[in-house]
Amino acid sequence: MWLKRFAISFSIVLVLALALSGCAAPAAAPAAATEAAAATEAAAAAAPAAGGELEVFSWWTSGGEAAALQSLFDAFSAKYPGVKIINATVAGGGGSAARGVLQTRLAGGDAPDTWQVHPGFELLGQYVEPSYVAPLTSIYESEGWKDVVPSALLDLMTKDGEIYQVTVGVHRGNGLWYNKKLLTANGIEVGPTMSVDEFFAAADKLKAAGVTPLCVGDSGIWATSQLFENTLLGVIGPEKYKGLWDGSVRLDDPDVKKAMETYGKMLDYQNEDHSALSWDQAVKKLMEGGCAFSSMGDWAYGEFVNAKQKDNEDFGWVSHPGTAGSFMIVADGFVLGQGAPDVENTTNWLKVLGSKEGQEAFNPLKGSICARTDCDRTKFGVYHNWSMDSFAKDALVPSVVHGSAAPADFQQALNDAVTSFVVDRNVDAFANGLVAAAQSSGFGK
Amino acid sequence: MTTAQATAAPTQRAAASSPRRRWHLSEQAQTILLLLPSIIALAIFIYVFIGTTFWVSLSNWRTLKPDLTLRQPLFATYGDMFSMVRWQADLRNTLVFTVFFIGFALTLGLTLAILLDRELFAHSFFRNIFLFPYALSFVVTGVVWRWIFNPETGINLFFEVLGINGLLHQAGLGPLRPGWLTDPTIVAQVNSVLAYAWPAAAGWQMKWGIPLAMVPVAIAATWQLSGFVMALYVGGMATISDEVREAARIDGATEFQVYTKVIIPILRPVTISVFVILLHVSLKIFDLVYTMSGVGPGFATDVPSIFVFEMMFKATRYNLGSAAAIVMLLLVALVIVPYLVSNLREES
Repeated sequence: MWLKRFAISFSIVLVLALALSGCAAPAAAPAAATEAAAATEAAAAAAPAAGGELEVFSWWTSGGEAAALQSLFDAFSAKYPGVKIINATVAGGGGSAARGVLQTRLAGGDAPDTWQVHPGFELLGQYVEPSYVAPLTSIYESEGWKDVVPSALLDLMTKDGEIYQVTVGVHRGNGLWYNKKLLTANGIEVGPTMSVDEFFAAADKLKAAGVTPLCVGDSGIWATSQLFENTLLGVIGPEKYKGLWDGSVRLDDPDVKKAMETYGKMLDYQNEDHSALSWDQAVKKLMEGGCAFSSMGDWAYGEFVNAKQKDNEDFGWVSHPGTAGSFMIVADGFVLGQGAPDVENTTNWLKVLGSKEGQEAFNPLKGSICARTDCDRTKFGVYHNWSMDSFAKDALVPSVVHGSAAPADFQQALNDAVTSFVVDRNVDAFANGLVAAAQSSGFGK
Repeated sequence: MTTAQATAAPTQRAAASSPRRRWHLSEQAQTILLLLPSIIALAIFIYVFIGTTFWVSLSNWRTLKPDLTLRQPLFATYGDMFSMVRWQADLRNTLVFTVFFIGFALTLGLTLAILLDRELFAHSFFRNIFLFPYALSFVVTGVVWRWIFNPETGINLFFEVLGINGLLHQAGLGPLRPGWLTDPTIVAQVNSVLAYAWPAAAGWQMKWGIPLAMVPVAIAATWQLSGFVMALYVGGMATISDEVREAARIDGATEFQVYTKVIIPILRPVTISVFVILLHVSLKIFDLVYTMSGVGPGFATDVPSIFVFEMMFKATRYNLGSAAAIVMLLLVALVIVPYLVSNLREES
């Protein structure tokens, strides 16, 4: 009898303990979004400390990204020590998991103070349109940023004359990385630029020697969509590329179809297990000598650095074939949420982000370059100096795969169309599908 | 006992004599009151939300900003969806996955149950072993089987090590190195057959057939759920008395015939229940496929639930995602409702 009573009371205690641990608000550490919401509520319910709080929502959870984010927090805390920073991150590459959480929070009226955004359509269509963010033009004017941020980038953040985002770091999307030792062993030299024909000549030579020319890791499909958009940029040029997104150039234009055929031809040279690899596994394969080239943005640079490879000895880089003179922007920035609970702290945070010191602290750790053109060059390595030169003088174009150039539904339609194209190589179906998607999305004619 | 009865009696008499002092509900009212919270919760969280989802599927909401005005013509979103190659591929994949998954799981579950029934060797130990995979989450299963089916580093290495590829090489054939999840091939394509009914079918982008990449996914799902099927069958077989088997043996049946002609037919209700349960699992499956192969090469492993997820949260096309969700609901209801109705009828 007493055993039964003991068992019952023990179970009740256990259930209570579980319930209490589930309801307790965790400390401000990188947490899942639901916990972050609970933390915000618990923290808001308690009396705010002198200086208030700042909730920063992002998807920077891995290695270099987390360190870079921490450097921004450190820079902010040095200037505004009384403010408690809540690091609300949601893990998941490219924000795939974070965006869903953010959308739910915004729709539910529980917006974070500030969150990570890509400029272009993601910012303007998803957050400015439904009035989820507040304009920041006054900050730009008071800090004098309009002089140091390139106008092409400013255009991606501006709507009706108001600027809505502060970009902290810029990645280059149209890069081609190669295993220098492998190429040299096969007698291939890569110059400062590479044309599409030069690429195919090198690829044929490699294929004949039994080496896989191109490594693609398209698990999640965006890596091969990016290969397509880089090839598209290389074949039709930056002016026409920009014209695709304002409707002045149709997606079944003969030049675009030529780019699609070129892309299809490139796919003939890719590794067979491409759909089983993620992009970083493809880069790893390149480093191990499994293939020679990989088209990837310069976040791949961090992979080479982590593997202790040497610039221009073990690996090299060049603009994606045909895209010399263009810089495809994949940028990250932050916004001011409309109805944010801590407007003053958020404004100060944005000022730190856009300052020279903030960007110089963040970007070397993140592997991107400053959105400002006046950052200290000595803090960056060989590759980044090359990239910064390009950023200063090349044609800046938005990326559709990273949400800047077109709305989210077109981005998904492009990914779906690429999924089919990789297998059936049907250019007409690809082009027609994209035209229909552009029209249904609202920007195509 | 007597003390309890003695104390109960005065209380009841007291209650009967002063009815206003104690609020005494009838049995029926008590039942309703007890069930009321659950009923309200079900009504709101299931039926009202189904209604809302249906409204959203008819609306114009296709960006982050909610727009609940109705889209004209009314079912245009459904029309768009069924003309999408991706959605057609989803329906094909669901059909193929269901057939393979239920076929493998039922066969394997029944075989394991029969083996356990024979009580050959450490049967209660193996009973637990076979049931363990069911305790795992689908995400874990998906990740592990993804590694197993990796064409470069997974099970294909076994074929090398076991010498199978060596033998095939000697026979002059190519090595056995299936692409598994990376294989976009669709075998048994029936597009040309369909072209007799619909001439346009020959040129369709969507290939109707059996996507090979779906087979590894079905294998992983079978591994996870065949233990569950086995457990149900073991439970069913436990209710079959020995007399039935004895009678069959006396009538001259071999052991094999005892199983095929007597035991399995008796287990038909179990088979039907298992079939329905597995069917609704396979119609709604998401986490296993998402972690194992995602959408697959050329949509070879895409399923409707992944479609709903991507259309809602990546493409922010809430109306399209909702339409897909409603169609999934209808597919599952098509299976479950007749089963429930026939069950209730049996009971009454």
